[in-house]
Amino acid sequence: MSVDVDKPAEPPAAAPPAQPEPIKAIPVRHYGRWVAALVVIGLLVLLVRAFASGKVNWGAIPEYMFNADILKGLRNTLWITVLSMVIGIVLGVVLAVMRQSKNPVTKSVAWFYVWFFRGTPVYVQLFLWFNLGLVFQYIDIMPIYKDEWSDFMTPFLCALLGLGLNEAAYMAEICRAGLNAVDEGQTEAAHALGMSHGRTLRRIVVPQAMRVIVPPTGNEVINMLKTSSLVIAVQYYDLLQAAQNVGRDSGVVVEMLILAAAWYLIATTVLSIGQYYLERYYARGASRQLPPTPFQRLKAKLAGPNRAGGAA
Amino acid sequence: MSTSKSKATNTGSGKAAVPMVKAEGVHKSFGAAHILKGIDLEVAPREVFCLIGPSGSGKSTFLRCINHLEKINSGRLSVDGELVGYREHHGKLYELRDREVAARRRDIGMVFQRFNLFPHMTALENIMEAPVQVKGESKASARERAAKLLDRVGLADKAGNYPSQLSGGQQQRVAIARALAMEPKLMLFDEPTSALDPELVGDVLDVMKDLAADGMTMVVVTHEMGFAREVGDSLVFMDDGVVVESGHPRDVLTKPQHERTKSFLSKVL
Repeated sequence: MSVDVDKPAEPPAAAPPAQPEPIKAIPVRHYGRWVAALVVIGLLVLLVRAFASGKVNWGAIPEYMFNADILKGLRNTLWITVLSMVIGIVLGVVLAVMRQSKNPVTKSVAWFYVWFFRGTPVYVQLFLWFNLGLVFQYIDIMPIYKDEWSDFMTPFLCALLGLGLNEAAYMAEICRAGLNAVDEGQTEAAHALGMSHGRTLRRIVVPQAMRVIVPPTGNEVINMLKTSSLVIAVQYYDLLQAAQNVGRDSGVVVEMLILAAAWYLIATTVLSIGQYYLERYYARGASRQLPPTPFQRLKAKLAGPNRAGGAA
Repeated sequence: MSTSKSKATNTGSGKAAVPMVKAEGVHKSFGAAHILKGIDLEVAPREVFCLIGPSGSGKSTFLRCINHLEKINSGRLSVDGELVGYREHHGKLYELRDREVAARRRDIGMVFQRFNLFPHMTALENIMEAPVQVKGESKASARERAAKLLDRVGLADKAGNYPSQLSGGQQQRVAIARALAMEPKLMLFDEPTSALDPELVGDVLDVMKDLAADGMTMVVVTHEMGFAREVGDSLVFMDDGVVVESGHPRDVLTKPQHERTKSFLSKVL
């Protein structure tokens, strides 16, 4: 831009007035922050020192990380989490729709279900399923199936029913909140276009409700992964049970508990990342510009650090 | 053509044609609130019929009754000769099933004050949705028609935008295109410009004028007196659930007969 360099009227010193002089001021000193940081660091040092002086066999953790028993426990934990969530979501959607219906019977049954399963601890529910064998001797679904109760009600089934049915109550409330969050004008617009109730629900309401439903459902999955450690009550062989068994047999009890914690952390972290992308997908249309994913941000940074922020 | 048809309703000379909308003693209440207290009116085919009145006078409610978004409590309301929400058989009324109500609504387009575009779909997808889902039109043909409709409302370049990326006026024009995609025989407008910035109102009114010139039957609840005067074939002033005055827009707006009409117009004109 050397177009108006030869302008005689303007002295060269006044040429760049575009950038006014920035304010130079002494910033406020936050002494409180310094003190707080020192206190926290001090406490951390104490904690690390305590563990360093304890007789933790740190080497045992990587050694048993991929131990066959531990991995079997981990597989079972993931499996029961996924299956319980599937039961929870399917049954939860059904309950939410029942709750919305105009039929007083289905409505009150759904209400009662949520009231019961949300109002009692999962641990108690698991024990109940486990001990039902004390009052039922046989399972007899007349024409289809008949068996000894104890053969039928395996630890796996106890865990699945206990976790899944409990989860359904929470999912029902999440779905109900999601459906209610969609503006009534949307239903009206769809109806005015001649869409039936079912189609309106499927094409218009549910996709918008998903934006409200997905984040808490992601939390529920993460919660379920951790809650599944309670299935120890029904003697299901999950990650925690495996860690305890291995720990007891090899004399590394605390180490195996730390190992279990590490596996739980890894699993929940992976789930959180998945949830981030899922939420992003359902936010489409809700905000003008989707925020870049961490990958996109990284790529933008690598492409040219000097035009940071200008990538969009 | 909009002038030649204008006398049809006022004088009843166009008896040969079935009225597009016919209301006889229509009442509607929400609980204890009596909103419509006996509405009688007729809208002729190809007519632009404007409803004005203070808020709470029942004009929006009446509009919503026409496509059965609200159920009337008594009286008779028919669209193109068919009762709204009921089937008459041997002198008895049978309530229509949801599916039948939906089928009737396909022929009636509606434009809302707050647009009500589907936020999870682009402008083009909004317009394609009902033809594909309700009429079973192929996606390719629906897309082609949707693109033409977008062009007609002056938004050909916004096909891929989500509603949140459009201004209010643009959203409302997409909403009109969405209603037109079903090729309705009647269009209902519920205060289509009330939620818009003043400078965006003109674009939406232009689209509506264009539609009127094409001979679309339109029932328009509006506060745009200029539009009513310029485009309207008849105008009804409603207050407190009854029709106070009706006639040609020019007559009603310039020479109102009733005190209530005069005092309302003196405030809005």
